[in-house]
Amino acid sequence: MTTVASEPRAAGRVSMLRLYGMHVRALLLETLRVPIAIIGSMVFPAMSLLFFVVPNRAVADDPVLATQAVISLSVFAVMVSALFNLGLTIAENREKPWDPYLRSLPLPPAVRISAQLTATSALSFASMIPVLLVGALATAATVSVSGLLLGLVVLALTSIPFLLLGAAIGYAFPSKAAIAVIQVGMFGFAFAGGLFFPPQLFPDWLELLSRFIPARHARELVISAVDGTAPDLWMLVGALAWTLAAAALVLWLYRRDEGRRYR
Amino acid sequence: MTTLARLDSVTRRFGSTTALDAVSLEIRSGEILGLLGPNGAGKSTMLTLLQGRRRPTSGTVELFGGDPSLARFRSELGSTPQETALPDTLRVSEVIDLVAAHFPDRVPTALLAEEFGFADLLRRQCGALSGGQKRRIAVALAFAGRPRLVLLDEPTTGLDVDARHGLWAAIRRHRADGATVVVTSHYLEEIEALAERVVVIDQGRVLADDTLDAVRARVESSIVSLRSPSAERIAELAGVVRAERTEGGAASGDGAVRLDLTVADSDEFVRTLVTSGLPFERLAVRGASLEEAFLALTLSDTAPSERIPA
Repeated sequence: MTTVASEPRAAGRVSMLRLYGMHVRALLLETLRVPIAIIGSMVFPAMSLLFFVVPNRAVADDPVLATQAVISLSVFAVMVSALFNLGLTIAENREKPWDPYLRSLPLPPAVRISAQLTATSALSFASMIPVLLVGALATAATVSVSGLLLGLVVLALTSIPFLLLGAAIGYAFPSKAAIAVIQVGMFGFAFAGGLFFPPQLFPDWLELLSRFIPARHARELVISAVDGTAPDLWMLVGALAWTLAAAALVLWLYRRDEGRRYR
Repeated sequence: MTTLARLDSVTRRFGSTTALDAVSLEIRSGEILGLLGPNGAGKSTMLTLLQGRRRPTSGTVELFGGDPSLARFRSELGSTPQETALPDTLRVSEVIDLVAAHFPDRVPTALLAEEFGFADLLRRQCGALSGGQKRRIAVALAFAGRPRLVLLDEPTTGLDVDARHGLWAAIRRHRADGATVVVTSHYLEEIEALAERVVVIDQGRVLADDTLDAVRARVESSIVSLRSPSAERIAELAGVVRAERTEGGAASGDGAVRLDLTVADSDEFVRTLVTSGLPFERLAVRGASLEEAFLALTLSDTAPSERIPA
């Protein structure tokens, strides 16, 4: 033992992939052992579908419009879960002493952040299941098996900027302020991105503005994937730009963060 | 003997508060270094800088030859979380496994639990543990990765005597196995039980950095209380490190005031006092608290004329 301690050990023998897995597992366990925490984000989007879309038979009985509505609310479910769960969890954890302790371990920021993103997106997808069930049972929405699978993959990819934005809010604000910022951002994105009202009904200026909103990119890309049509270039460029910008913002905020000030 | 960590004229401010003021310190391999100081002295700030959790306002912090804010330089560093930090919903074994997974040469969970005396708690959720149980687990976490440098922040605060002695024994055992340990405390007793080298810190400055015996000799002082009309002259007697008027410092009818005198050697001082022939009454002697000893230490290098606060 004495000889071991007197000479530096080989670094980098810890598998970062395994470490990432351990953090994802711990984060999921922490959430799932208090399941009430995720009920809200699971119920809200399905209720929106049930109350706003299902009674409106002009939409609910039209296969194209109904499918678009289900997709919009699936995007909404994933977005709410990403912004809310991740933003609030991170903001709250920064105020507790466990996260600062983890920062004293040899843990690269990218491993911790990606574990947080992964754990949250697993929960995000759970929150979409009630929307799909209501859509399948109570509307004329239809989808092929390949369309559904491709749609889910694209939905997962387009949720990344929301996860990163949620993390950025969590690192930038204390938890009470984070709630306010998330609520404003969430409804702003949902309306301007065409998740509540289809963009076809938008006035021209709003339709143009909407093309710069990440919720709109996500909606259009998932619809293309489900329909099997080619997406427009502006959708891809927009989604990619938001993803890169949000990733850079999170890394910068994480490095700058020193937790809650105490002495 | 190699230097494992170094602070070089490090200043850290929080807004208008200066937590550390141009502190320089080297942590060398193979020692147990005690950081002694009252609450708020800057001990914890020093540890968070070494852990890379905070950056200095000015000066440089070095850990294993690099910047501690980069994860790779922390691979041989172990520290304790605050006991309130352990996530309530995770089981003890899950917390140990998560922390240990960051290190290439981890201690098996069962072995660690055996050594720190919580083998029967591994299946429990952390939220269900008592403060003392959490504390033992928190200290064990610092050793989970067989680190070369261990930072222990107030390791035995809130523990009963038996648990405290058990923990001290474990810390000494790891020291014997080659670990270097930095332990902070505001208990002189804890520092005496563990440390070979002691750094006394107060108001963000290093007051003393010496062997345990040398520091103990400097901080072990007594308080002599008495009443006298000749307070000014008594305060200037040999051996007085610090004099303070008590009871608001106001003179009573006979002109006598009550004085608290910090002295290094109370027997010697009483002899000097009696020989001086100065009048006094109601003399009492007691050991100085650590707080008073620190104050004496800050003042011991200043001129006698500065020793009586106005």
